[in-house]
Amino acid sequence: MKKHALASAVVFLLLGAAAYGALFVAPTEKTMGTIQRIFYLHVSSAWTGLTAFFICFIANLIYVWRREPRWDWLAVSAAEVGLVFTTVVLVTGPIWAHPVWGIWWTWDARLTSTFVLWLLYISYLLLRTLVEEPDRRALFSALFGVFAFLDVPLVFGSIRWWRTQHPQPVVMGGSGSGLEPTMWYVLLFSWGAMLSLMALLLRARYEFEAVRGETDLLQREAEGM
Amino acid sequence: MSLLSNTTALLGKELRTEFRSRELLTTTVVFILVVVVLFSFTFDPGSNESRRFAANLLWIAFLFAASLMLQPCFLREQNNDTLSALRLCVADPFAIFAAKLTANTLFLLLTELLMLPVFSILFNMPVFPVFGQLVLVLFLGSLGVSIVGTALSAISAQARMRELLLPLLLFPLLTPVVVASTYVTVGLLDVAPFMEWKGIGFLAIFDVVFLTALWLFGEYLLEE
Repeated sequence: MKKHALASAVVFLLLGAAAYGALFVAPTEKTMGTIQRIFYLHVSSAWTGLTAFFICFIANLIYVWRREPRWDWLAVSAAEVGLVFTTVVLVTGPIWAHPVWGIWWTWDARLTSTFVLWLLYISYLLLRTLVEEPDRRALFSALFGVFAFLDVPLVFGSIRWWRTQHPQPVVMGGSGSGLEPTMWYVLLFSWGAMLSLMALLLRARYEFEAVRGETDLLQREAEGM
Repeated sequence: MSLLSNTTALLGKELRTEFRSRELLTTTVVFILVVVVLFSFTFDPGSNESRRFAANLLWIAFLFAASLMLQPCFLREQNNDTLSALRLCVADPFAIFAAKLTANTLFLLLTELLMLPVFSILFNMPVFPVFGQLVLVLFLGSLGVSIVGTALSAISAQARMRELLLPLLLFPLLTPVVVASTYVTVGLLDVAPFMEWKGIGFLAIFDVVFLTALWLFGEYLLEE
C-alpha cells in the first residue's frame, strides 16, 4: 500500500513536471502559437499507447506458448491501458486540429490509422466479453491480439499509400526532424512521464485482473463440486 | 505430402457439402443483389459520379456478403459435432484451414464473377476490357478475406453473439485489403483504366503474412 502511494506520488510529480515543461519551458511555436503545446500530451500519449499495445502483443505471444493465466492478465491490462492512451490521442487530435487546420477531423494517414488501431483493440476487448470459458477466452483473444498487431503495419502502409488524398499538413510535414532541441527534451520527458503513468496503471489493472481471475477460478471450482 | 492430400480430400468435402444444396451461394448472390439495389437508392446511380463510386460499392457489397458467407464455415462443423472427427483424421490441422479457406475463396470468387456483369450493367461500367486484371484483384482480395475470415470464424463459432462478432473482428483487420483492392479496382474502372501493380503486390504481401500466421497459430484455434 505504502509502495503504491509512493509510486503514485512520483508519477504525479513527473506528470506535473512534464506539464510545466510543456507550458513554460518549451518555446512557443512560430505559426501555431500556444495551441501547439498540446503536442507534448498528444504525441507522448500516442507513443505510450503504442508501447502498451506492444506489451499486449508480447504477452499474447507468451500466453499462446506458455498457457499461464498471468500472461493473459497482463495482455488484457495492457490492451485496456493502451486504449486509454489512444483515446487521449483521438481526443487531443481534433482539439489541436480545429484551430490550426480549421477542421476537427481529416482522413489523413496517421489519424485514420490511429482510429483503425483503436477499433482493433475495442474488438479485442469485446471478444473477451463474449467468450465465457476463461482458458478459451484467453487463447482466442491472444490469437486475435497477435493477428491485430501483425495488421498494424499493413493498415498504416495501405492508408498512407492510398488514402491520403491531401498533402501532409505543413506543420506536421517534417518527421520531427525540424523540432527545436528544447522541444525534443520536453517531448521526451513527457513521454517518460506518460510511460511511468502507464506502468502505474498497468500494475493496478494487472492486480485487479489477477484477483478477478483467481475468484473466477474458485467460483468455477465451487460450482464444479 | 500428407498435407496436400488431406487438404484436397477436405476441399472435396467442403465443395460437395455446398454443391449438394448450394444454399450458401444462392443466399449470397441474392444478398449482394439486395445490397446493390439499396445502394442505388442512396445516391443517383445514373450520374457520372456513380462511376467513381461503383468500385467502392462493389467491394463494400462483397465484404458484407463475405462476412455472412463465412459464418457457417466452422459453425456447421460445431453443430454437427464433426470438428473433433476432422481433427483426428488429419495429420496437420492446417489442412482443415487450408481446405476451408480455399473453398471460401472459390465461393467468394464465384459469386463475385456472377455479380460483375450485373454491376457492369446497373452502374454502366465496362468491366470486360479489364476483365483479366479485375479477376486478379478479386482473387487476391478474396483470398485475403478468406484467410482472415476462416481463422476468425473458428473463433466466433465458439462465442456468444457470433453473428455480430465475426464482422466486428473481421472488418478492422481487413482494412488493408479493402483499401488496396478498392484502389486497384477504382483505377481499373477509370475512364482511362490503369493498373496499380503496387496494390497487387501489397495484397499478395497481406495474403502471405496472414497465411503464415494461420499456418503458425491455426492449430491453437482448433483446440478443444
